[in-house]
Amino acid sequence: MDKFLAMGGYADFVWPAYAVFFLVLAADVLATVLRRRRVLRELRGRIARRSARQRGSVSA
Amino acid sequence: MNAFKLWYHKLGSPPYFYVFAGYIQPWLWTIALALAAAGLYGGLVLAPPDYQQGDAFRIIFVHVPAAWMSLFVYGVMAVSAFIAVVWRPKMAEVLAMESASIGAAFTLIALVTGSLWGRPTWGTYWTWDARLTSELVLLFIYLGVIGLYHAFEDPRQGARAASFLAVVGAVNLPIVHYSVVWWNTLHQGTTVRYFGPSSIAPSMLWPLLAMTIAAKFYYGASLMGRARVSLLSLERGKDWVAEIVRKEPAHG
Repeated sequence: MDKFLAMGGYADFVWPAYAVFFLVLAADVLATVLRRRRVLRELRGRIARRSARQRGSVSA
Repeated sequence: MNAFKLWYHKLGSPPYFYVFAGYIQPWLWTIALALAAAGLYGGLVLAPPDYQQGDAFRIIFVHVPAAWMSLFVYGVMAVSAFIAVVWRPKMAEVLAMESASIGAAFTLIALVTGSLWGRPTWGTYWTWDARLTSELVLLFIYLGVIGLYHAFEDPRQGARAASFLAVVGAVNLPIVHYSVVWWNTLHQGTTVRYFGPSSIAPSMLWPLLAMTIAAKFYYGASLMGRARVSLLSLERGKDWVAEIVRKEPAHG
């Protein structure tokens, strides 16, 4: 296992390269998940406001 | 042809695309992760060290797929952008704009992993050689497309302007691809060929292909997720969006 992690002396280059590959793609996925939450929150507020306004105009 | 046309028009409709994308997304993820797992095992464990580069060559399994994707995603983006500029369907704008972010991510990975590979093999993290410089220009074009898209108040206007830039920026693609042929570069030429024998050992080639196809499926999965969110936002006044928001569990 130590031999595997040492990467024949190139551990300082091989592992950061793999880390960059997976971290950048993980950031891409995370950005979408967060944007989806934000958009859904906005849309829920929008729908709630609209139905509240409709109820208001019916009672008036 | 008729079936294809029907399919094209159906997928061009946002509510239909939303459902379709949600259906295929888990499959794209499954294939991407399975291929990546196989490719990583083959590349990091099974493949023997290179006789010249030792274990440093293993960076190839992340660097080359990312570099290929930086061009592939641009190609898809440029075609969608062209359709968006000429015929203006909303779906083409969405696919072009969401591809830009994924393409920029792959270009960044290609540049950084290439730099980490250059240090032990060339003795430098960076050099202004034709391949490296044109790839850096590619990153700037991606960032320009993303920036222009967000610079407009109206997202559809932004998408049209950014699509135009994406189409014009496509001139950089052949420059990146042929840079190792046209100029004397430090970067090596092509070793993997579609036609004729590749100058790479089979034990190194199959993990590379597995990682490459995994990256393609990842792109598909990420694009579907991004396009769905973008559609919800762009079509916010429409009934089909209200329907989906009502069904969606809170904090989902």
